[in-house]
Amino acid sequence: MTAREKERLRTGLLFISPWLLGFAALTLYPLLASVWFSLCDYSVLTEPVFLGTENYRELWRDEVFWLALRNTVVFAAVSIPLGTALAIGLAVLLNQPVRGRGLYRTIFFLPSLVPAISLAILWQWLLNGSVGLVNEVLQWPLSLVNLVAGTSLRAPDWLNDPSWALWGLVLTGLWGAGNAMVIYLAGLQEIPAELYEAAEMDGANAWQRFVNITLPLLTPVIFFNVIMGLIGSLQTFAVPYILTNGGDGPGRSLLFLATYIYQSAFDYWNMGYASALALVLFLLILALTLVVVRFGEKRVHYAGR
Amino acid sequence: MAEIVIDNLRKVYPGAKGQPDKVAVEGASFTIHDKEFLVLVGPSGCGKTTTLRMIAGLEDITSGSIRLDGRLINDVAPKDRDLAMVFQNYALYPHMTVYRNMAYALELRRVPKDDIRRRVENAAKLLGLLEPDNLLERKPKALSGGQRQRVALGRAIVREPKAFLFDEPLSNLDAKMRVETRAELSRLHHALQATMVYVTHDQVEAMTLADRIVVMNGGRIQQIAPPLEVYHRPANLFVAGFIGSPRMNTITGTVTGEGDRVIFTEKGTDHPIRLAMRGDLARLLEKHLGQEVILGLRPEHLADARDLTDPDPGATFEARVDVVEPVGAETWVYLRSSAHQLIARVPHAEPRTDIGHTLHFTADLSRARFFHPGTGESL
Repeated sequence: MTAREKERLRTGLLFISPWLLGFAALTLYPLLASVWFSLCDYSVLTEPVFLGTENYRELWRDEVFWLALRNTVVFAAVSIPLGTALAIGLAVLLNQPVRGRGLYRTIFFLPSLVPAISLAILWQWLLNGSVGLVNEVLQWPLSLVNLVAGTSLRAPDWLNDPSWALWGLVLTGLWGAGNAMVIYLAGLQEIPAELYEAAEMDGANAWQRFVNITLPLLTPVIFFNVIMGLIGSLQTFAVPYILTNGGDGPGRSLLFLATYIYQSAFDYWNMGYASALALVLFLLILALTLVVVRFGEKRVHYAGR
Repeated sequence: MAEIVIDNLRKVYPGAKGQPDKVAVEGASFTIHDKEFLVLVGPSGCGKTTTLRMIAGLEDITSGSIRLDGRLINDVAPKDRDLAMVFQNYALYPHMTVYRNMAYALELRRVPKDDIRRRVENAAKLLGLLEPDNLLERKPKALSGGQRQRVALGRAIVREPKAFLFDEPLSNLDAKMRVETRAELSRLHHALQATMVYVTHDQVEAMTLADRIVVMNGGRIQQIAPPLEVYHRPANLFVAGFIGSPRMNTITGTVTGEGDRVIFTEKGTDHPIRLAMRGDLARLLEKHLGQEVILGLRPEHLADARDLTDPDPGATFEARVDVVEPVGAETWVYLRSSAHQLIARVPHAEPRTDIGHTLHFTADLSRARFFHPGTGESL
């Protein structure tokens, strides 16, 4: 290395040092420390005591962990496809040349700007079993069905019914589809108009154009959104935590891995166990992301690149 | 078999807030005969592409009618018109192979798989997509511009449509590919015996490809005629100036009678060009005695008098040589009369050292055209 190169390196490192320091202190150190804590008995107040793999063996036997894992995976498996379909559907609709299109786009995007706390409090009311707006809307079609079919269906008490709470949370999550929708809109606008005209001349109807042109050319955006959605939904915490006023829902139906990490760490002060859970969550996200990436490799069309 | 009859076609785009409406096509009427190669040509914004897109069904019709084999298709969806279109930037499906790009329309029509394969391979063979390299399994991004253009042609050919529509298909190719593909298109037309409607702004493409040319300007049709008629007998000053390169010379002057002769005298100078008309031309101009007219003369009909054995003295005038441009097989000589800039195409391989000299030039008046200075219409 010449003197000049050394000087350049020094200058470069100096410029990037604020980020490096922040990363080391706030990301890298906690990351490594949590790996170490996961092998210890650690209650924050006392020094960590090395336990080896005890936390992980405990975890394997812990029914609550398996419940949290199941809830987390079910929530991701339901909310990602639903959210993707809703966001693409909205984007396609809002890409039509209609009057006031900008206004509609804004309206559908706005909810995704609402902070998680406000969103959760709002949805507590919307999903309220007796006075909630959701059930108000459901009541009319349900009573019609009851009248015709002679059934006695009732709108669920979303947040207090163990078999419905998770679905209530899925509904809440769909409210944030505006974020992905905007990205899909940008993706739609990248698709050249003459491809649709060529398909129209070739004899494709609107549905065939959507399936054969829009979807394939949107795959890079879908791929990106699914990965982001996967990472986000596996870490879901704030909204269910507030929806349940800091609990984990009726019959622990809103207990997620992130919730359980929080409970272990700050309710039970079992930092070692929480660290082991966090590491498992990290590996789960990593593994599922790799699966999606591998699955997408052959199916994503990067046009013109 | 396809005949397309267009009657009084009009397209108006509503203006944005506070802007007046924009008329793109105004009262276009023409017929595209079966197996004809018809070229719509004109400068950008003349309405030629809008007309083509209305035939395709990609653009709504404001008023007028389009009939395909006698059937009114104004409101028929593009997919039900059985027309194929080749787009300016190819519009190939980037996520499909060449084979699927060409097969897609047939798949949608539920043509049996074997038939699709046969038709795609026939078209591919015709267009050289199999030899020397088999391109059928490639994606469009792995193809050159010329290859993409041929795939776009192939996609149209496999459909065996009633008619082919081309929207400036050569404009994205480099000069060499453009000439090659132009010849290929001509060959295709003869091989397929199909009706073709072709839009271009390039007059050379129009001249070389067309059975008939429709010249458009400002949304209106200026002339409909076979290429050579458009070239030799332009209907108005616009066509005269648009078709032909270098462009037709125009000289404004007045017509007078002197004894039994009809004389055209250049306007706006003390030393005018004076040309004596004979025969049919004299009889034509007799009706305009004392009036102003515009004389149009192709550059190849203006000769250096020294090259002629017996130059007509009544058609010879003096002009100063401004610029000499040797373009290879011929030379373009830029002349200045006292009031007009003129161009002569002379058949010399070597440029002459005549610049700045005043020489005699002779017009071939039998090829001259005259136009009304107000309307621009041919007399």
